[in-house]
Amino acid sequence: MTAPPGDQEPWRRIDRRAMAVAALAMGGLGVGAGAPALIGATGADPFTEGLGDVPAWALLLLSAGVLLLAAGGAAVEYLRWTRTRYRVGPERAELHTGLLLLRRRSLARERIRTVDLTAPPLLRVFGLVKVRIGTGEHSDGGESTLRLHPVSRAEGERLRRLLLDRPAPPGGPQAGRDGELARLDLRWARYAPLSFVTPLLAVGAAGGPLQASEWFGAQGALIDWVGDRFQGAGAARAVTVIAALALFAGAIGSIGVWAELWWAYRLVREPGGTLRVRRGLLTTRSLTIEERRLRGVDLVEPLGARIGGAARIDAVATGLATDDSARSADLTTLLPAAPRALADTVAARVLRAASSPTAAPLTRHPKAALGRRLRWATGAAALPVAALTALACLLGPPFTPLAVAVAAVGLPAAALLAREAYRSLGHGLAGDYLVTRSGVLRRSTVALQRGGVIGWTVRQSLFQRRAGLVTLTATTAAGAGGYDVRDADQAEALTFAAEAVPGLLEPFLTREPAADRPPAGGA
Amino acid sequence: MGEGQGAVRLRPPANRVNERAVGWWRATLLLLTAAPAALLGLLGAFVEPARWWLLASAGAVALAGLVCAAVLPAWWYRVHRWEVTAEAVHLRTGAVWQEWRIAPMSRIQTVDTVRGPLEQLFRLATVTVTTASSRGALRIEGLDQEVAAALAERLTRITHQTPGDAT
Repeated sequence: MTAPPGDQEPWRRIDRRAMAVAALAMGGLGVGAGAPALIGATGADPFTEGLGDVPAWALLLLSAGVLLLAAGGAAVEYLRWTRTRYRVGPERAELHTGLLLLRRRSLARERIRTVDLTAPPLLRVFGLVKVRIGTGEHSDGGESTLRLHPVSRAEGERLRRLLLDRPAPPGGPQAGRDGELARLDLRWARYAPLSFVTPLLAVGAAGGPLQASEWFGAQGALIDWVGDRFQGAGAARAVTVIAALALFAGAIGSIGVWAELWWAYRLVREPGGTLRVRRGLLTTRSLTIEERRLRGVDLVEPLGARIGGAARIDAVATGLATDDSARSADLTTLLPAAPRALADTVAARVLRAASSPTAAPLTRHPKAALGRRLRWATGAAALPVAALTALACLLGPPFTPLAVAVAAVGLPAAALLAREAYRSLGHGLAGDYLVTRSGVLRRSTVALQRGGVIGWTVRQSLFQRRAGLVTLTATTAAGAGGYDVRDADQAEALTFAAEAVPGLLEPFLTREPAADRPPAGGA
Repeated sequence: MGEGQGAVRLRPPANRVNERAVGWWRATLLLLTAAPAALLGLLGAFVEPARWWLLASAGAVALAGLVCAAVLPAWWYRVHRWEVTAEAVHLRTGAVWQEWRIAPMSRIQTVDTVRGPLEQLFRLATVTVTTASSRGALRIEGLDQEVAAALAERLTRITHQTPGDAT
């Protein structure tokens, strides 16, 4: 890579079509907000009577307002366009922005870890993308990212290649292959309704019409209408049918959400040592992770997906979306919910391993861990039962069967979940990776590079001390910052930690005859 | 599990914290609970209808503070220990929930020394050692100010000598 003379690199501007985009967006906002307000103010009903009844002054007012908004949006965007410029030199990527206050931001190119391209529908129509250039810093306030909004698609691709194309790491070609690692299989859509999105959308489907009808003062009419549909049928039947319909709508909706997120999904390893995820139906996204920053993978099985035999893969990497943590879960996913065996295969390909560490056999945890989980679960389930029993004693009939029903369903379910949680526990070493698994509602199997472990935390409560258990945390710069091995046998866990990262823990370990196991609390 | 390993355990770190830390912890706990107790008591003196409830809760808060101040600092003092070797920092903290933290020298990113107003009074300082992990920071509390300064200087010197970006 011969560096061109640095300061001669010209400043570039964001795409001038930004003005058209802003004008359209503001105009659309004006129509969306203004039209209902005017209709409400004039009392006309365009759905039944057509636009003829809307007075001319209202239409004039509306179009004038929309034009004004569009012009205003374009003017602000024009100012932003004139004041924003960027350039990528041999050493640094720089961005100058600011309407009143000039803000200069500059990133060292060697620190840049991710370049993400996003194209919401409106930008896609114009062939534009948003570019987010990130470094691996743990920063407050996102100071370590550059956002270019918008540039042309070709310019976005050019930046991505320019910033992430690095000479191959020394040591010759590595094992594993370049090219496509996974691509969308439409059959994966069957896992979409199993996610928590379905009940959420179902509640929305049931509650949405109620709320909307209340805005128009028609809630009572709607309830009467629904009541008429079920005339003669029992209340139980009505509730069942409505719940089934809402769930069906939720399932359809969750498939829609899934399609928007994952349409045309491809996971590709590019020659420069980067992983690239491309996906999206209306909004297209391109996420790039430098392989050098990858510390492992997290194979996540939410309960629903797990029952369906599916798992998704998240990247455990340093410097991913630390500035907006709410979206980070979405941004780190390398593979959507797919059949478990395939997920293991893709994990192995991503990690350049012969077989995936996430599929390795794990050491089970002592029975005492099951006891703790059973106590937590039954405790949590007993609380509502106790409350209902108290009400039943005080008030009688309506609460007595309810308390019995909640106890009959809740306690076995809690015990079942506790048993599953215990069976999920496990840890082990697989090649260069440390593997730990836990969780029942969201079972997570993390494979973490042993070289990526930058410290240990060992925690023990009074109860754990009596049972000879510890919770071991491997801290790391990547992902969640630390991954837990919960409720493992004390001696076994410490030996495991010492073996996983040689030299770090040994100086602090003592081996004694197995007389008294728990460590001295004080002294 | 653990067959043939005997009892493997973490040995306690070598150094205790300064004895004055007990007084500092006690003062902190008393101040922390005295403020809400005083506020509740004051409210109880002025608000006629809820006087009994307010005074009772003020008493409960004060009692909890007194019990904690009597029990916890001595317990903490027995548990809290620290050690710095050429390779790693080792720290034990906690009481009911005990925690051992180990961070290798090569992964330390920053070393801070903090002296709060109360700590100044007791001539104590806290040394915070952070690594690249968001969950990996070590806070060594209750050190004598001179010990803390020497420790911070030593840690800074060692970490300057180790190359790499500590991730």
